[in-house]
Amino acid sequence: MSEAAIPTAARSAPITLVGPIAWVRTNLFSGWFSGLFSLVLLFLIVKWTLGFIEWGVINAVWSVPNNQTQACRDLKGTGACWAVITEKHRFILFGTYPYEEQWRAFLSILVFIGLFIVSAMRRFWRKELGLIWIGALTTIGVLMWGGVLGLNYVPQERWGGLVITLILATFGLAFAFPLSILVALGRRSKLPAIKALCVIYVELIRGVPLISLLFMASVMFPLFLPEGMNIDKLLRAQIAIILFAGAYLAEVVRGGLQSLPRGQYEAADALGLSYWKKTGFIILPQALRLVIPPLVNTFIGFFKDTSLVLIIGIFDLLTAGKTAIIEPAWQGFGIEVYLTVGFIYFCFCFAMSRYSQNLEAELNQHRVR
Amino acid sequence: MSTSMEAVASAARADAPPAIMLDKVNKWYGALHVLRDVTLNVALGERLVVCGPSGSGKSTLIRCINRLETHQEGTIKVDGIELSDDLRALDAIRREVGMVFQSFNLFPHLTILENCTLAPIWVRHMPKAEAEALAMEYLERVKIPEQAKKYPGQLSGGQQQRVAIARALCMKPKIMLFDEPTSALDPEMIKEVLETMVGLAETGMTMVCVTHEMGFARQVADRVVFMDRGEIVEQGPPNEVFENPRTDRLKLFLSQILRGH
Repeated sequence: MSEAAIPTAARSAPITLVGPIAWVRTNLFSGWFSGLFSLVLLFLIVKWTLGFIEWGVINAVWSVPNNQTQACRDLKGTGACWAVITEKHRFILFGTYPYEEQWRAFLSILVFIGLFIVSAMRRFWRKELGLIWIGALTTIGVLMWGGVLGLNYVPQERWGGLVITLILATFGLAFAFPLSILVALGRRSKLPAIKALCVIYVELIRGVPLISLLFMASVMFPLFLPEGMNIDKLLRAQIAIILFAGAYLAEVVRGGLQSLPRGQYEAADALGLSYWKKTGFIILPQALRLVIPPLVNTFIGFFKDTSLVLIIGIFDLLTAGKTAIIEPAWQGFGIEVYLTVGFIYFCFCFAMSRYSQNLEAELNQHRVR
Repeated sequence: MSTSMEAVASAARADAPPAIMLDKVNKWYGALHVLRDVTLNVALGERLVVCGPSGSGKSTLIRCINRLETHQEGTIKVDGIELSDDLRALDAIRREVGMVFQSFNLFPHLTILENCTLAPIWVRHMPKAEAEALAMEYLERVKIPEQAKKYPGQLSGGQQQRVAIARALCMKPKIMLFDEPTSALDPEMIKEVLETMVGLAETGMTMVCVTHEMGFARQVADRVVFMDRGEIVEQGPPNEVFENPRTDRLKLFLSQILRGH
């Protein structure tokens, strides 16, 4: 039979329509209804884009002399008053940080961004990265607080703006993530005490809104401290955020742990790997890869949730933006400020999202045949 | 394999200390009594095949030997060490006992080479270069050294199972356990895995093998154990067990196996 069988000649795939015109025809104008719909949508997109350019660029006022916002008010909403950003950008970015010291806050932001970039590169994924983190965070602490190396001391109450957002998000996730891994592992522990502790932690924290945790941290917690002892308000909010994020992330990580087949645990056991080696080399590398999408989803959520600290009077990016337009001269220019603040949030979140997609593709290469 | 060689090897085994001792082992899953008074000794260098219908407790039995399952009554001694809750004893046993699973259980995120070197490096504390040389040696023995840099997902089932055997051998175990190593494989891949196992048997390795491959049992096994409903029903040399079954249960099982093939 084998000598008689002639392999079927390979054929090329059936011809499909290619090229942009074919694409437009099949996807946008396949019938009179879809054609009409496409035209209406196209009209609206062009109209709104032109409208935005007219408002945001052509009619916009970019700066005004000495808080004289009359030029802006004369536009009567037909153009953007970017002057508010020109005037208030330092307040939005640095809050009430002393004006002549704001270069320190600016430098801190750059250190944060540098830290993110370095951490994102896989070639830096080794033990030294921990040292880089300690070094960077210490540098930021020194820059922000001062009081050493000839820098003036700046109390924490005066910090504000983007720096606060980055501090809360970075420290928050840097501590919450390892915590969440321990809690997720603990929830699957065979030791009842550890398991119960982890379950109670997750259920308790997850069961209350972040706002109430922040209130507790800022109002109730100091009542339990001995007289005269005071823990920094930012630190208290930071701990509340860490605990909250930790509980959510723990459930994401647990999902990854549960999706691993039991055979992986058994194979590691049979080779004589200890619990921590099994967890570190076999279980977590696989479990965490599987949960990159929900993990980053939670990360992005928490980056934005840091803005809730406004209710306990901490000046993060959003609060600083809101405060910038309280001044009578600048009242009514909220759209410009919120667009700017939103754009800053978007940059960070979008970067996280894109990065996670690359990371997912790169780390899951072993699953591609 | 010549009969005289076989005889020599068997004679050497007769007075060797038992590698595995099971004495009146009992196990329950809830109310289900899965192992009933199982008593079994495996001599050093002996090749034992365990067979029986599904649900007869044969997999549970060999999983108890390296404590992937815990037994509730009776004693199990491996290489002279008794299995208990003592973690150090367990670590010592697992270092000496290699296991090959039905579903291969290779680590999909590690390359073939990393799969083989992980345990020698982190459990045996072997230098990396030495572990890699050892891994390549075993990968050559299972005839897939050229796949060392690939990931398990890129290999066929038969190749994966041969890697799993090499991975277990890299720990230089004294005893190898096989839990239905060919049951998840396509027919044309069963042969390559069985050949690897025959090659391993020729090196004098102590092997306990749960399998339905009667040809393999005849060729390699010193003894066949037939289990049904959690107990050992018959045991003896393969020819005796397969040609002259004494119990109806074994007769029924053999007729089903033969019909299936």
